[in-house]
Amino acid sequence: MKFLLMMNAPYGQAGDHDIFSWPQEAVEAHVEYWNTLNRELKEAGEFVGVHALTPPKQAHIVRAGADGLPAITDGPFPETKEFLAGFWTVDVESAGRAHQIAAKASAAPGPDGEPLFIPIEVRQVMSAPASDQA
Amino acid sequence: MTDAAVGHLLRELAPQVLGAVARRHGDFDAAEDAVQEALLAAATQWPAQGVPANPRGWLYHVALRRMTDHVRSEMARRRREDAVATQVWADWAFVPPPDGEVGVDGDDTLVLLFMCCHPALTPPSAIALTLRAVGGLTTAEIASAFLVPEATMAQRISRAKASIKASGVPFAMPTQAERADRLRAVLQVIYLVFNEGYTSSAGADLHRPDLSNEAIRLARAVHALLPDDGEVAGLLALMLLTDARRAARTGPHGELIPLDEQDRGLWNRELIDEGVALVSGALSRGSAGAYQLQAAIAALHDEAPSTEATDWAQIHALYGLLRRMSDNPMAALSHAISAAMVHGPAVGLEMVAALDADPRIAGHYRLDAVRGHLHQMAGDPERAIAHYRAAARRTASIPERDYLLTKAARLAMGQAEPKAESKASPGE
Repeated sequence: MKFLLMMNAPYGQAGDHDIFSWPQEAVEAHVEYWNTLNRELKEAGEFVGVHALTPPKQAHIVRAGADGLPAITDGPFPETKEFLAGFWTVDVESAGRAHQIAAKASAAPGPDGEPLFIPIEVRQVMSAPASDQA
Repeated sequence: MTDAAVGHLLRELAPQVLGAVARRHGDFDAAEDAVQEALLAAATQWPAQGVPANPRGWLYHVALRRMTDHVRSEMARRRREDAVATQVWADWAFVPPPDGEVGVDGDDTLVLLFMCCHPALTPPSAIALTLRAVGGLTTAEIASAFLVPEATMAQRISRAKASIKASGVPFAMPTQAERADRLRAVLQVIYLVFNEGYTSSAGADLHRPDLSNEAIRLARAVHALLPDDGEVAGLLALMLLTDARRAARTGPHGELIPLDEQDRGLWNRELIDEGVALVSGALSRGSAGAYQLQAAIAALHDEAPSTEATDWAQIHALYGLLRRMSDNPMAALSHAISAAMVHGPAVGLEMVAALDADPRIAGHYRLDAVRGHLHQMAGDPERAIAHYRAAARRTASIPERDYLLTKAARLAMGQAEPKAESKASPGE
């Protein structure tokens, strides 16, 4: 079963990731935490993909304009409390295992080395076999 | 012989030779490397120089020689590194075959299958290893079939091999007492591969192997080795009879077409005839197992000219038997559908309600899908719509969700404007 694990981060100062203002050791520990998690997922044969996203400051909201051309609004978007910082796709045996991985991601260390308890949204990817018998 | 014919032959022989070499040496990983080298040698030599009189024996001996070379060079390396380990290595490498037999036979494929489908492995690991070692698919092919990166699949396969090694399972035919359990595990893995073949994925990929065909090929191989086993025949029949409907079960855009709306002219008669013959033969030998019963049900569907002309009474009786035999809540649900077809939707709905108390299936989308269907049968569109939508919310299959939503939308439209049946919807 494939799951998407979405990491929602609090909206940092001026639309940057919070990590931009952390001390060096905290940044290094944080980065190392992700590297370890990704390596473990690969070794377990569960890794499908991971994508980290640029800060919301770099984001654009696009709508179709009256002429059908893209109408673009720049970030940041101060009304947003949390934003998507990155996501994994994992292929695991059960929802329980996906929850375990999410909990691990949630406990990534913050500026003081303590777990951040980041909220991770877990969503199953639709890919089950279909049956033609009711 | 052409390259393609050689390739086909090698693919058939590979698991037998791998089974034999691994059985003799006890190291699956090293055996696989040695067999790979032997296959490579055959693929380059045979098309030009001709296929040897005993191709299986040729591969076995070349692989064995590679294995010995490998062991010797390992020993030399180890001798330099660690004098004590040398003795261990030598003991490990030259274990004589159990009963002095040398050579390759069909049993070696079975031994390999029993090992790959060992209950100590998780289903995804067993599936990957079986497709690799017995099915002869490359790691890249298996990865693309499951839509994961190749490195991930390679890791899954090597972990599976490592856990077999760690479990200390001997690389040999299981004892008579164990055999039934192990065969059940093999059949389950093959059936999982088959069902995985029905997973929808956006965009067809020419390099993506067809898992349903692979499963049928594996089941044919097992059936050839164990022709008298009713459940092996039953599983092969069930897959043939299901696959026979393949062309009719999806529309041009991959949308799901349920059994009662399929164009039965598109069903594959040849597969149906083969499946029916197999299951009839197996059932006539007595003691029907779960796969044989499911195959018999599929045969009744496939032989019926229409839903109305289907022998629902017989199907209802078979699901009753299946239920008693396997205590499977999915069988109980199908039993409820057949009850509705024979005795009316109220009886079916009552049987579905009883399943709410079964934690294995309570809350499953299929309960709602069936309820939707039965309420529609009973002429209660409002309830049918609610259940179809509830089912659509929970299914993890895109074609199934689209089908359920369309059903609900069609009923809702019929309720709002009873005569607007033929009104075009977007995309039509």
